[in-house]
Amino acid sequence: MTLALFAAFAALLVGCSLMVILHRNPVASALFLVLAFCSLAGLYLLLHAEFVAMVQVIVYAGAIMVLFLFVIMYLNLRHDVEQGIAVAVRRGAGWILGILLLAETVAFFKGRWAEGPVSAPDLAPVAGNTQAIGQVLYTRYLFPFEITSVLLLVAMVGAVVIAKGRGPGLHPAAPAADAAADAKAAAPDHAGGEA
Amino acid sequence: MAAFWHDPNVRMVFWALVKILVILQAMLGVVSYMIYAERKIAGHMQARVGPNRVGPLGLFQPIADVAKLFFKEEFIPDGANKVIFHIAPMLAVIPALIVFSVVPFGPQDALRVTDLNVGLLLFLAMSSIGVYAIVLGGWSSNNKYALLGGLRSSAQMISYELPMGLSCIPVILLAGSLSLVEIVRMQEHWWFVATPFGLLAFAIFMITALAETNRAPFDLPEAEAELVAGFHTEYSSMKFGLFFLGEFANVISISCIAVTLFLGGWNGPWLPDAFKFVWFFLKLAALLFFFIWVRWTYPRLRYDQLMNLGWKVLLPLALANVLVTAIVVWWRAQG
Amino acid sequence: MMPFTMPSLIAVDWWALGAVIALSVGAMLLLVLEFVPAPPASNRGAFVTLLALLAAAGSVLEVRDARRSLFDGMFLHDGFTVFFTVLFCVIGAVAVLQSWDYVKRTRINHGEYYALLLSSTLGMVLMAASNDLITIFLGLELMSLALYVLVGFRRTRLDSSEAAMKYFLLGAFASGFLLYGIALLYGATGTTNLAKVAMFLADSPMIGNPMLIVGGLLLLVGFGFKVAAVPFHMWTPDAYEGAPTTVTGYMSAGAKAAGFAALLRVLLVAFPPLMSEWRPILSWIAALTMTVGNVTALLQTNVKRMLAYSSIAHAGYLLVAVVAGGLDGGSAALFYLAVYSFMNLGAFGVLALLGRGAEERVTIKDLAGLGFRSPMLGLAMTVFMLSLGGVPPTSGFMGKVYLFSVAVKAGLIPLVIVGVLNSVVSVFYYLRVTVAMYMQEPGAEPVEIAWAPSAAIAVVITLALTLWWGVQAQDLLTTAQRSILGLL
Repeated sequence: MTLALFAAFAALLVGCSLMVILHRNPVASALFLVLAFCSLAGLYLLLHAEFVAMVQVIVYAGAIMVLFLFVIMYLNLRHDVEQGIAVAVRRGAGWILGILLLAETVAFFKGRWAEGPVSAPDLAPVAGNTQAIGQVLYTRYLFPFEITSVLLLVAMVGAVVIAKGRGPGLHPAAPAADAAADAKAAAPDHAGGEA
Repeated sequence: MAAFWHDPNVRMVFWALVKILVILQAMLGVVSYMIYAERKIAGHMQARVGPNRVGPLGLFQPIADVAKLFFKEEFIPDGANKVIFHIAPMLAVIPALIVFSVVPFGPQDALRVTDLNVGLLLFLAMSSIGVYAIVLGGWSSNNKYALLGGLRSSAQMISYELPMGLSCIPVILLAGSLSLVEIVRMQEHWWFVATPFGLLAFAIFMITALAETNRAPFDLPEAEAELVAGFHTEYSSMKFGLFFLGEFANVISISCIAVTLFLGGWNGPWLPDAFKFVWFFLKLAALLFFFIWVRWTYPRLRYDQLMNLGWKVLLPLALANVLVTAIVVWWRAQG
Repeated sequence: MMPFTMPSLIAVDWWALGAVIALSVGAMLLLVLEFVPAPPASNRGAFVTLLALLAAAGSVLEVRDARRSLFDGMFLHDGFTVFFTVLFCVIGAVAVLQSWDYVKRTRINHGEYYALLLSSTLGMVLMAASNDLITIFLGLELMSLALYVLVGFRRTRLDSSEAAMKYFLLGAFASGFLLYGIALLYGATGTTNLAKVAMFLADSPMIGNPMLIVGGLLLLVGFGFKVAAVPFHMWTPDAYEGAPTTVTGYMSAGAKAAGFAALLRVLLVAFPPLMSEWRPILSWIAALTMTVGNVTALLQTNVKRMLAYSSIAHAGYLLVAVVAGGLDGGSAALFYLAVYSFMNLGAFGVLALLGRGAEERVTIKDLAGLGFRSPMLGLAMTVFMLSLGGVPPTSGFMGKVYLFSVAVKAGLIPLVIVGVLNSVVSVFYYLRVTVAMYMQEPGAEPVEIAWAPSAAIAVVITLALTLWWGVQAQDLLTTAQRSILGLL
């Protein structure tokens, strides 16, 4: 039963992940990503990690992907309009390289599969896995936890800095023409840089 | 066959399915009669009578409504994204119904589908999934009013999900559990709403519940005056019906959760254990009345007011409330 | 009420953790200070930042001889940590001195600038001090996120936003590689702690485990991106060119040193058993990095871009030291990092002085005649260029001599030949700057020099260190050797 469910969720996850990159419509890609997150939550459930499963749905499927969709809808990216020989060549090369890499990985992993890691150290028995996560988070992983909070703060400040409008505290921008001239001046150099 | 029946797994699955079926039907019944109640109450609030033609006191009105919706012509606009256009209404209903699976209607096992140890999180997860219905419905219609409604709703629901989640945390702190059954058990003697922080959390929860269900005064995604019904402008027939159903199912499921978290669930005086569920439904009815009452009392908020309320009032309040509750719980644990 | 066990405060050596505390508190203080309005010419942010950096460096120096393992071995305080913490704090301080006037001149004087500077310094400190893959990743992300924003800080300029965008997209991609590598390593070894990984590998038949090797390779990709090694260097020229010049200097020194600090710790602590696997890979990367960096730098006319390619080339030299490994290789890398940081910071500091207001005059043509118009500045730039090229009597020369001699001792003759050839090539483009400064007439509109006391101090500091280590390298060398000792 568990194995069957695992296979189902895993297949769903892989299928959805593939669709995310293969589908031409960005909204559909985003939706497949949501579905992938939900199947991942299913896998967590099978591991008896109910808390992680629910948080996965709340945070990724419920919050982050909605904002993704929000942005996609705002930009109105209906269809992928990339065309032309250069794109086709690039895409073809991507496929070939990807398949080569896959074959290589398969050959590499074949026969020499892992013997299994050392078992994770036993945690003190606690009532449920929510409590277990809480205990570990605030004792053993306290340091990374606090660092993560600083990280999120920096991300927030960074987003505000990048996005905030030109309020009174900000000074008049360099004229747009100036910026365009700069870009033009930089252009030949770019070409040199790619060499 | 008999051996098959005695397999405990099979029996568990069977009974779970029966309970799901019963609760689903009961809830759908409640939904349809809530629509009736809404029209009736609205009528009385506006000094009208409300529906009174179909059946005695208009009691069969919901059946007539559903029949009408079924027989209406279904219309799919040109340029709509067909698949997503079909999925969106389903997404409006399903998450709301899933929430019922963890609601304990009474103290007996028979009165709930399951007691999940992260039941509260399941509710939050489902309410966050519910946004997709509106966003996708609005986007796939290929209509600018619908799109605007969808965009508004994604901003609104994300903004109000945070204070809603935070307003649940005092309850978790007080009860020490994420299981809804456990939370109700902890309120046997004293409902959480009767503590100062519980009261504040309850107030925040109810305000955010109004916003999460897109009910007035937070019904900006469908503001008929400016957006021509917003995200479901292009929906007709039973697809529109599903959105309608979803909204009311959401109201009911969120009220069930509010009763469970703050109003002591099935707990109440006098009644024997077997009939405790009556208390649950009485409280639920009171909250549903509250929803209808608010809708016909307050005008719609402006978009900037909505965002200000969510981010600058409710979120800091809910955060402060969590902090105070945590200190109190810690202090009490110290003895 | 459920049974409730109070978490007890973990016994911590607060001095050892002082740098982390000082830097994070400083960053938050700067953000809170934003509530108090300040005139546009205020120096408040720079002051607070300097104080925080000073406190951080002072605190780790207070217990510089101690060896502490905090938080279950996630955070190690040892000689290595002290060396890099002090290095990052001094780099940060020099960057603050350079920015002092620059941010006002280019009108980006916001509190967030310094807050982000401090947070990225914090990230660097964490990368150097972490003994656990999780915290290394968090430190790296903290540093990178702050840098992405700093690169795009001149929001009104197109090239700055473009640089931030490119840096961010590629950086996020690289972080993904790194994280995937960490996940695979965890799967293969059951731990993320570097010491435990080493212990696990030491008595295990799993050396050939594909999961382990793929994880290690992905880890190398992630670090390769951060230190700008070829073929993961594509972002460097654009990011360096678009960023505010002071930020470019800061990230070229700090981010590179932090990337190498983490790489050294991972390779020297966790993966000595796998040396035969990563050595050839890194050798190839080193050779490629040196060659591509130097050859491409030859073609540049924008000095910032040229220095970007030069920094790629220097990553190649540093990789040679890493490949050499062991006590000698490690100390050569540390020595070279310290030396490189200050000569590079100095060069960017001089560039930051050029131009009026927000204009940027950093092409070779703009430098024409600078040697006569401002002899001091010309002299400083010449010294930095000679040092970057590895010409005696500068610190760059000592660094290269030591690095290549270590590599020869480790038997990496082909790599050393590639490296020396590249050094010769590199002298050509570094000298081009000097030639322009002394032998060409300035153009129609000579570039204005925006002197400011703080920037002058920064130039003097970097110049003094570059010259001092060029003639008196022994102190730094012994410090580097002592610092690396704790790792092995």
